[in-house]
Amino acid sequence: MANEILVLADHLGGQLSDATLELVGKAKELAGATGGQAVVALLGAPDLAGQITGADTVLTMDHPSLADYTPEAWEKALLHIVNERQPRLVLIANTTIGMDLGAGLSAVWGAPLVAYAVRLEAEGGDIVATAQVYGGKLLAEVAISGDRAICTVVAGSFPAGAGGGSPGVESLAPPSGLDDLKTSFLTMVEPEGGDVDITAAELLVSVGRGIGSQDNLEEVQELADTLGAPLSASRPITDAGWLPKTRQVGKSGLKVKPKVYLTFGISGAPEHLEGMRDAELIIACNTDAAAPIFDVAHYGTTVDLFDLVPALTDKI
Amino acid sequence: MRIVVPIKQTPDLVEELELNDDGTDVDREFLKFVLSEWDDQAMEEALLVKEAGGGEVVVVGFGDPDVELSLYTALAKGADRAVNLTGLGEGWIDSHTRASALATWLSGQEVDLVMAGVQAVDDLDGQLPPLLAAMLGWPHVGVVIGVEGKDNTIQVSQEFGGGKATRLEVKLPAVIGVQAARQPPRYASITRIRQAQQAGGIEDVAVTKPDGDTGITIRRLFEPEKTGHAEMLTGSPEDVADRILDLIRSKGVLK
Repeated sequence: MANEILVLADHLGGQLSDATLELVGKAKELAGATGGQAVVALLGAPDLAGQITGADTVLTMDHPSLADYTPEAWEKALLHIVNERQPRLVLIANTTIGMDLGAGLSAVWGAPLVAYAVRLEAEGGDIVATAQVYGGKLLAEVAISGDRAICTVVAGSFPAGAGGGSPGVESLAPPSGLDDLKTSFLTMVEPEGGDVDITAAELLVSVGRGIGSQDNLEEVQELADTLGAPLSASRPITDAGWLPKTRQVGKSGLKVKPKVYLTFGISGAPEHLEGMRDAELIIACNTDAAAPIFDVAHYGTTVDLFDLVPALTDKI
Repeated sequence: MRIVVPIKQTPDLVEELELNDDGTDVDREFLKFVLSEWDDQAMEEALLVKEAGGGEVVVVGFGDPDVELSLYTALAKGADRAVNLTGLGEGWIDSHTRASALATWLSGQEVDLVMAGVQAVDDLDGQLPPLLAAMLGWPHVGVVIGVEGKDNTIQVSQEFGGGKATRLEVKLPAVIGVQAARQPPRYASITRIRQAQQAGGIEDVAVTKPDGDTGITIRRLFEPEKTGHAEMLTGSPEDVADRILDLIRSKGVLK
């Protein structure tokens, strides 16, 4: 089993994440290079097995405590599986689940971890990962020693697997530790309905930390109103309570794909880019010419937003 | 409730990051280091939990550059104790090392809850909270956006993509990775920070650098290859505004 590449299926509320199939595709490729197999661990939702294509085997484990995700139950189940199978590499999507379990598994299983990976290669018998650091301003090329490793992978790093046949499904017995847990699931909280649906807008005006203060938001709001566009934001703005959570674009907010995405004072942290990089036309205004937002934007300017915003409003 | 908030200093990303001579780390000599933004959120949420139910907040640094200022700021905001764990060395200190040193220090303390930032911009070998929890054998929840204490248990909101969240109940002691506090981090006035500095009160604790390594070797750091770069619009704000409006109109979204 030493050459197995094990993918943890990422799912919540009965929905398998796209990232899972991206990881399966990569696992299959790496398994091909190392002469191993691509295996998926599916915890708590055996009925999702049919949606997983392209792997060699799907391992399902079912238990009342696995049905709704808690880090404790899933970590115990995953540790049990890796102890049994001793995979060469474990791939976990860098979602909330991956942020919990990657490092946890690294400590309890005693395996090196590379977090925020965006590229993975097999070099001889070694795994080489490239990962985002410093808010995506730099990448780190990292060699992982030893015979086991874990990578948490940023969503969208690999294309979804090319499909392929339905893998064989193997059901595993849950470990006894799942009957004695300190964490319990209470309830799922669905997102509140927003005043506007930013995912439906063709034109979005989006603001970030560079706006500086809540008072300055008014001027951008006026521009957005004049353009007939809703105002969206990156995380710091909604965390500060300056705009409702329903306006947040990014990994933990909403994914948007407008025809035009016009940003002011957004530097382009990886979490934000994940939510807007598929917009048809991205125009970014940021005073830092080295800001990562300019790597995904089609047009950019370093003109100060406090000069540009009123100029735009005047001209419409 | 006795709450420990570990904090780390990370390079201020507003500044240009230059690499050291062998290209395996950022050149730290002239970098400005600031409190990791998620740790700032964890500090705020810890103070809210304390204010709601009583107890104490102990803030713990790792000897990072300029950590004293962040520790004094925490005291000015309402933390009860500040501890600085020293001896972990210079340069990049990985999360495994931090978690291990903190776990050792915590074993001699009475603690109910550890609240740390869910991530940091340089935690390449993994996030501190789950590593620490695994080393202590305590339960852990990350990406948390709200903590409420109740006797020996807490209820937390854990955030997922698309605005979804779940409510979990966790028996203490536990480790929580905070994504965002329920309110923006409070402001500590310069006067209050100065007062804290004058009062002193950071407890320096020398720790032994834990054995073992992360099993990962950084071969090189590099700037992402530009698969594309924005075409930059220059000129006066009026010129740039004209170009932008032309672009928006070309997509037919402006009536």
